[in-house]
Order: sequence, then C-alpha cells, then structure tokens
Amino acid sequence: MCNTCGCNITPGNRPLVMAEKPKNGVTTVSVLQNLLSQNNHQAEHNRAHFDAQKVLVINLMSSPGSGKTALLEATIKRLRESLKIAVIEGDLETENDTKRIQAQGVPAYQITTGTACHLDAHLVHNALHHIALDDLDLLFIENVGNLVCPASFDLGHHRNVVLLSVTEGDDKPAKYPVMFRAADLMLISKTDLLPYLDDFSPARAEQNLHNLANDAPVIEFSSKDGKGMDAWIDWLHAEIEHYRALLLDKQTQRPKVQQDGQLLHAQPGKTKFYPVSNKAAYNNDVKHA
Amino acid sequence: MHELSLCDDLLGQVVAIAAKNNARSVESITVQIGALSGVEPMLLDSAFSMIKVGTVAEQAELILQTSPVIVLCQLCGTQSEVATNRLLCNACQSHETTLLSGAELILASVALNCAD
Repeated sequence: MCNTCGCNITPGNRPLVMAEKPKNGVTTVSVLQNLLSQNNHQAEHNRAHFDAQKVLVINLMSSPGSGKTALLEATIKRLRESLKIAVIEGDLETENDTKRIQAQGVPAYQITTGTACHLDAHLVHNALHHIALDDLDLLFIENVGNLVCPASFDLGHHRNVVLLSVTEGDDKPAKYPVMFRAADLMLISKTDLLPYLDDFSPARAEQNLHNLANDAPVIEFSSKDGKGMDAWIDWLHAEIEHYRALLLDKQTQRPKVQQDGQLLHAQPGKTKFYPVSNKAAYNNDVKHA
Repeated sequence: MHELSLCDDLLGQVVAIAAKNNARSVESITVQIGALSGVEPMLLDSAFSMIKVGTVAEQAELILQTSPVIVLCQLCGTQSEVATNRLLCNACQSHETTLLSGAELILASVALNCAD
C-alpha cells in the first residue's frame, strides 16, 4: 500500500484504476486494496497502543532452533536492571520458551498457534490483554520459527530482527529474500561454532543480504561465549533512543519493507501484469537478470 | 500455509463489497501478486477454492496476475528487471535500489452480478 496517501495506487496497478463498463449485468468494482488490509488495520491499531505507552517493539524472526530464545535470555540478563522488558512468545505447541523467559524474571505471554505458521496482528492484539504495557521500555515478539510466512504480516511492531545461525548456511538470505529483505538488523548467531564449520562465511551471508538491496547492519554474536553481545545491546539502546525521539516528533517507527510506498508514488513506471496461466507470454516479455 | 489466512482476509473484503453493491453473486476477483510478496499464486488459488464454498463468491473465478520484480537505481536512475534474490541495478551493479514493482499483494477489482 502507498504510505504517502493510502491510495494503494502504484505504477504497477495504475492502469487498472480505470473503471470498467458494466456488461451483461456484471459490474466491475475497482478495489485496489491490500489483501492484508484487515491485518494491517489491526497492526496500525497495535502500533498506536505501543506508541501511547512508548514501548519499542521488536519482531524476532528466524528458522526454528537458530537461537531466538537464547538471545532473549542473554539480553534480559544484561538489561533487566536498566530496562523494563516483556516478551510475547509465538510457538505451535508447548510453553517451554515462555518458562525460560519467565525464569529470567520478566513477564512473558505465550501465543500457541496450533497449526498456524506465523503470528498476525490479531493474535498479538489478543496477547496484549495479558501484558501490562505501562512502564515497559522494550517488548520482544518472538515469532514462530519459520523463514517464510512471518515476513508477510505486520504485527504493529517497530523493528524486524532476523537471526541466521551459522549451521544454516550463508546462502539463506538468497533463498528467503522476502524474509531477509524485511530485516532491519541481521544477527548471525552461534558464532562459537564457526571453527567447526568451514563452509559458512559471515562475509558471504552479508553479501547475500546486500544483494537484496538491504543495507541493514549485521552483527555476529554468540549467546554461549557472549561475543557480539555488546554490539547488539548498543544497537538496542540506539533504537530505543531513536524511537523516543521520533515519538517526541509525533512520528512512529516502522519496520523496513513498508517504506517503499513513498517512492512508488513519485516514480510512475510502466509495469505490466501477466496472467499466471500465461507463463509463455511472461517468459517472452521479461528479460531476467 | 499462510495463503489460507490471506484468503480469509480476501473473502471478507469481497463479501463486504458484494453486500455494499447488493450483488447476487460474484463473477470474478482479480488479485495482483508480486514475486516478492511471499505469496504463492497456486497455493492462493487452491486455498480460495476451499474457502469460497457457501459464500456469495462460491461461483467466482479468481484471476491472479503476477508482476515482475523491477528496481530503480538510486545512483544511475536505471530501471532493471531482476531476480527476487538479486535486487541490484543491472547497469551499475549498485545495491542502492528501490523496489518499483514485485511486492504487490492487492485486491484489484471484483466483478459483481447485480442483474435482477
């Protein structure tokens, strides 16, 4: 959706804005609304809640087992004296992660999604009824471990942090471009294992991220030996400071991918749409890089 | 499987539009999907065929249109059609690009049967 005026008109869909004439009793209504408009509406509502309470909300995403909960445990240990932190945990089953967080002495609420592969803005909104936002500085939402679906859903949060553990391979940003394009920060986790993995190169992982036109910072860290934790803590402090400055200015912070809308509006182009069934026309017409 | 929850949102919008226009039924629904939207057209299609049953859109055809990934270079101004995992300028290889097309996830239009 276009963030400039909310009109939903982009160079791609501009030709379709033209109203079609009714024929044979069939009237075509032009809609041009994001498919996720119900979710996005709820997300804006959540964000307004967070902003009213001045809570910076970070959406943690990664594949399962890449160390999201371990990162949170280590982070809470470092920050619990200076910042008020809470965590919303998303998992298909079990409350194991919530218990680990609660053991660190901060409030945590579990969303058990059952079979759903992602959190959406409605689930987060329901969870907010169980977490006291007043006096909080920082709320982490640990999304369901999945590099595909969570990327498509705005939760009303302010920043996307995507973890990539060294055991997963440095080509993950190239394989999951939708997810990594959304990262405001990429954390390379479990770097204590790097000596045993001769095929993972942090530089290549970073290059693959930059190939998505994403200039997000990259921090290498290990929850085990504490390497990189200072850089991560510094990033969090800087984000909190920046967010509070934005609030003073009556603005809010938005996660990365939503920002393209403004330029879309300023640069009308000539995008063509192709029917999915007509792959041949598409292949003839489009020169792939 | 997030295509199913997307369909739920989509159907909600379509049913509301049909009701607002006093439509008897929905003929077709046109949706635009970019390759970088994270949505698989085939999965959206099969999810929709399941979820539309028993609604005003039961007979509706879902028309899916895809858009190529196009980036605009901030340095040299070139527009390039690129792969989803390589959003670089074709002319100068810069990664300072902005996406012009390819992330769409838009309900474009709904054809309604309003005849008496």
